[in-house]
Amino acid sequence: MAARLKAVLPYALLILLSNVFLFPFLWLVMTSLKTPEEILKFPPTIFPEKVQWSNYQAAVEAIPFTKYMMNTFLICILNIIGQLLSAPLVAYSISRIPWKGRKIIFTIVVATMILPAQVQMIPQYIIFTNLGWVNTIVPLTIGAFFGAPFFIFLLRQFLLGVPMELSEAAKIDGASELRIYARIILPILKPALATVALFSFVWSYVDFMGPLIYLNDSAKWTITVGLQSFQQDHGAQWEKLMAASTIMAVPMILIYFFGQKYFMKSGSALTGFK
Amino acid sequence: MNASAPVHSPRPKARWSRKERRYFWLGLAFASPWIVGFLAFTVYPFFGSLYLSLTEYDLFSTPRWVGLQNYEHILQDDRFYTSLGNTFFMAFVSVPITLVASLLIAVVLNFKARGINYYRTIFYLPSVIPIVASALLWTWMLNPDFGLVNMALRALGLPDPAWLLDPRYTKPSLILMSLWGSGAGALIFLAALQGVPKQYYEAAQVDGAGAWHRFWKITLPALSPIILFQLIMGLIGAFQIFTESYILAGGKADGGSLGGPEQSLLFYAVNLYQEAFVFLKMGYASALAWILFIIVLLMTLLLLKTSGRWVYYGGE
Repeated sequence: MAARLKAVLPYALLILLSNVFLFPFLWLVMTSLKTPEEILKFPPTIFPEKVQWSNYQAAVEAIPFTKYMMNTFLICILNIIGQLLSAPLVAYSISRIPWKGRKIIFTIVVATMILPAQVQMIPQYIIFTNLGWVNTIVPLTIGAFFGAPFFIFLLRQFLLGVPMELSEAAKIDGASELRIYARIILPILKPALATVALFSFVWSYVDFMGPLIYLNDSAKWTITVGLQSFQQDHGAQWEKLMAASTIMAVPMILIYFFGQKYFMKSGSALTGFK
Repeated sequence: MNASAPVHSPRPKARWSRKERRYFWLGLAFASPWIVGFLAFTVYPFFGSLYLSLTEYDLFSTPRWVGLQNYEHILQDDRFYTSLGNTFFMAFVSVPITLVASLLIAVVLNFKARGINYYRTIFYLPSVIPIVASALLWTWMLNPDFGLVNMALRALGLPDPAWLLDPRYTKPSLILMSLWGSGAGALIFLAALQGVPKQYYEAAQVDGAGAWHRFWKITLPALSPIILFQLIMGLIGAFQIFTESYILAGGKADGGSLGGPEQSLLFYAVNLYQEAFVFLKMGYASALAWILFIIVLLMTLLLLKTSGRWVYYGGE
């Protein structure tokens, strides 16, 4: 009996818990397919009586949805490019070039991770205002070109696992540091770079405060700010709000399914945080 | 001028060898993107905000030096204390709850069950959903009349609070939402769990240690570094809660309804945002930012300092 319980219990827990986690998703999608009347019905229906695909069209037409999405994607792509150009270079410097100062740099990189963004926020806003960059995407993208501390840390963790002999062999053949970086290290780093690209995309995609602060002109809004404003103006139209939220979640879900192993990798890299 | 000096001219002995010097410049060059960004977007704004915190500045006229006046005002500002109290609640109640939940999920996910990857996917998925979208979903789920949560509670004969409208329940609403997103922390714990050497468990089993005992004596100590890491990150995150509150409280662009019912969702970062970008009190908000920085710094140092007693590093 006890042995049977031991075999069944994990599955029972897993199934119960995963249903709890899944149900909000189901509810999101089902609500997005109901009529306003059905949403307020009691007792509630789980599945829509008649599937209202038109809610999606209505949601997309209620706000400049495509424009917001394009604005968002542009910011995401620039952030990915910036991070991929800078973060691996810095990680390479602090993990594979034996120079005095690399320990200090690494310590500061880690220390800045605990620095609340609010401390720099206001002066940054003033700098960007003085440069005339407010209401453009520059404040939302330029930071990426200097490498985010989290990515530098992540890439360093990966690089520590790459044997130094690889570089040394190339050095004996007369390869320069830049050549070793570009020809040997970057190709090895590909899975880690994919992780950086994914996280970079996710962060820019879900960012709310940045666009809220920096983008005044509604034509330049990202989807997060656009959706929030839609909620403000049409608060009670739950079916449309849920439809818009579903569309907004889709890129994240797709990215997660295609990039699952990369997300897991960052988890294992973080466990090296000692 | 020295370019044409004879080859054997005595030069002061270099502190660094040529190789060291070459590596120094190489390393510096490779690290330069981060260094430039650090100076321009961290160091300069860091001290800039310290200076601004001692001024009165509305973004349009020049900053006016007021000394410590902003800090004195803060100490008499009810909104400061409200936001600090709300934030402490999230840091010291919500963060530990979420941490324990993600640890438990990780333990469950570490079962050798068939299709375990499928379950891992499900638990992680909510944490990739944009906060704006998940906050909207939860606003609907927690709707007092038609929300799924209250319908379920009513069906079970339990009390059905007005969640986001009742100041006593707004923060529990946020906790509920963060529990749904606890899969991200669970995955980090899971990776750490899988790194615990199997021999420890086998040895303990030979000694007749039960599952509970093994969890307390092996699993928890082995996970303690990652618990410390997640605790610090969670605390820092709690001090920056913004989007959740903004959406759940139905924030207006003019800042009218920020903070929720009876300011129960007025968190530190929300208050700071409002002072800076709605009321345009940049000096005052900078002072708030510096107090935030000092609190976070003290908490982190305190945690790191006391962690020696409960954090175990493998092989040390």
